[in-house]
Amino acid sequence: MDLTYTEEEEDFRARLRRWLDEVLPKLPAKPAATDWPGRRAYDAAWQRMLYDAGYAGLHWPRDAGGQGATPTQHLIFLEETERAGAPYVGASFVGLLHAGPTIVAEGTPGQRARWLPPILRGDEIWCQGFSEPDAGSDLAALRTRAVRDGDAYVVSGSKIWTSHAEVADWCELLVRTDPGAPRHRGITWLAMPMDAPGVTVRPLRTLAGSTEFAEVFLDEVRVPVGNRVGAENDGWRVTMVTLSFERGTAFVGEVVACRRVLGELARTARANGRWDDAELRRRLGRLSAEFTALWRLTQWNVSEAQRSGGLPGIGGSVFKLRYSHARQELYDTAAEVLGAGALDADHTWVADRLAALSYTIAAGTSQIQQNIVAERILGLPKGR
Amino acid sequence: MDFQLTDDQKALRDGTRELLAGRFGRERLRAAVDDPTLDRALWRELGAAGFFALRLPEADGGVGLGLPEAVLVFEEAGRALLPGPLVACQLLAGVVDGVAAGEKIVGLCEAGADPVLWEHPADCQELILLEGAEGAEGGAVRPPEGAEKGRADQAYGSTAALISCAPFASVDPLTPLARVLDAPRTAPLSLDVPRLRREAALLTAAQQLGGAARTLEMAVAYAREREQFGAPIGSFQAIKHLCAQMLVRTEIARSAVYAAAVTDCVHEVTGAKMLADHAAVRNARDCLQVHGGMGFTWEADVHLHLKRAWLRAERWGTAREAAELLAAGLVA
Repeated sequence: MDLTYTEEEEDFRARLRRWLDEVLPKLPAKPAATDWPGRRAYDAAWQRMLYDAGYAGLHWPRDAGGQGATPTQHLIFLEETERAGAPYVGASFVGLLHAGPTIVAEGTPGQRARWLPPILRGDEIWCQGFSEPDAGSDLAALRTRAVRDGDAYVVSGSKIWTSHAEVADWCELLVRTDPGAPRHRGITWLAMPMDAPGVTVRPLRTLAGSTEFAEVFLDEVRVPVGNRVGAENDGWRVTMVTLSFERGTAFVGEVVACRRVLGELARTARANGRWDDAELRRRLGRLSAEFTALWRLTQWNVSEAQRSGGLPGIGGSVFKLRYSHARQELYDTAAEVLGAGALDADHTWVADRLAALSYTIAAGTSQIQQNIVAERILGLPKGR
Repeated sequence: MDFQLTDDQKALRDGTRELLAGRFGRERLRAAVDDPTLDRALWRELGAAGFFALRLPEADGGVGLGLPEAVLVFEEAGRALLPGPLVACQLLAGVVDGVAAGEKIVGLCEAGADPVLWEHPADCQELILLEGAEGAEGGAVRPPEGAEKGRADQAYGSTAALISCAPFASVDPLTPLARVLDAPRTAPLSLDVPRLRREAALLTAAQQLGGAARTLEMAVAYAREREQFGAPIGSFQAIKHLCAQMLVRTEIARSAVYAAAVTDCVHEVTGAKMLADHAAVRNARDCLQVHGGMGFTWEADVHLHLKRAWLRAERWGTAREAAELLAAGLVA
């Protein structure tokens, strides 16, 4: 058990810090949350800066245009960019963390050459068309149909919870190609151009007031057969490669941020007198232990991935269950610190409190995660 | 960074588990419930296996390992519910002659606690009392004549026969307790008292981690085997979710305890103890719930884990004290 970083890892950190110090002041002003074209341009510009400096696709293999960094270097990157206040991955999220890695793992050489470089450069933005109105936690129930017609699939149906759909160039789409097959065996993965005729995007307003998600309606959209990644009807397996990426490192920066927010909560409580409330004070103390442990669990999972040579293990489900709950408790505690100030929708902690409500739902509800943990890690029998 | 067990550490963990399974299996555990007098032959065997001398330098006849290894060994002791003042003997192996070899048994108490509870008093030849913990002025054992309030950390040793104590009915049938009323104090021992406290908390947390992992295993095994409504109860989501949360608690505590063993930082140790206490107590409760009526019986082992978890949670820093210390750390 070793928590010290190697000389090579510390060099990587020092180089990254110097670069961040140099480039972050040159960033343009952040666009408003509702300015989607502006947000795309901002996120793409940041991705281009990473690309030019040799940090794009850090954890992607070298033969896919990535940097072939170790999981530990990736951890350091996420930790340092958060500490320095660098932009989040933003609109590049699906390309870098879902669609890209899927194409890396399952795409043909031609598909890799077509789609990967623009993702790394920030030139093309991807969104995700997985969930449907009737296929949420039960993703394999998806019904969007794709029928082969010559050299294209004709796709009809609807998708929901699609982030960045309004500004995306491509959609990684799951469709049903064999309605007669067992559910998991009739699904295919397609790359759909978002400007194809028949694609309609309708923004979905969340309880936080924002339009982070959209519904995507598909009316006889023609997608070339060449845009299929993996074999026809093998899309479920292809997709699982993607999902395991999501649970590995998606929250590293956020854990760093939560620990910072916790310190701010304590200082604010000291300043406004609520620190004298022993219950609140101890709650902050407990959260401090919680987020320290979540950081250590992250290092544990990353070290495990490093030893197993890549893919994060199932420990990601354990992490997500605890982290999503802890994040909600953090911002509920922030509301206690603020008192009536917690009714101010413009306060950043209040906005974060609202956004945190999605954490126990998105990317697998806590209830589904608990089933996964119980069945796949603990070996309890399937059932209901 | 490589925050995983090394091959040597895995071998140490597996070897300890094997040793304890062979020498302190279920039959011995249940015999100890009926008569909690420590088995001196087993204690000497633990000594011979290096259980207490683990961290002493090899030049002094020790094994020369560090805190992470001690934590792995104590996690196994916690799993097996191994009774005895293990933490005291591990920490004082280089201080009191005969402890490293398992020939002598020594106790360790916080003098500022109220009441001051002494584990396995009838088995100990000596007792070491620690004084000067923060906020410990109202302690049950009076400070020596002429000592001032807010005095520095000190450790005093005394032979067991000279300790004045009162009987105390321990809730844990495997851990007899006595209430210390007074102890003679001669010259203080030259010991790093804050370090003793920190390591005592860490090794106690390691035992709690082992207990939490064990009650999870017991719950899962029972849930797979016990059938109701024509199906194993583990196929019901209500049971699955209880078990999943037990795993989450265990793994969070594991990360915290192992990291604290590596950094030896007082805040990490404090947080790790808090999380491990919670995991041990809560997992034992959930394990009891999964066992249903059987879990409420004396015959099932679940209550032994729960009672030990309660006892350890009161030793070397409670959740309340830990929360206050960590809160203070946020504004320091």
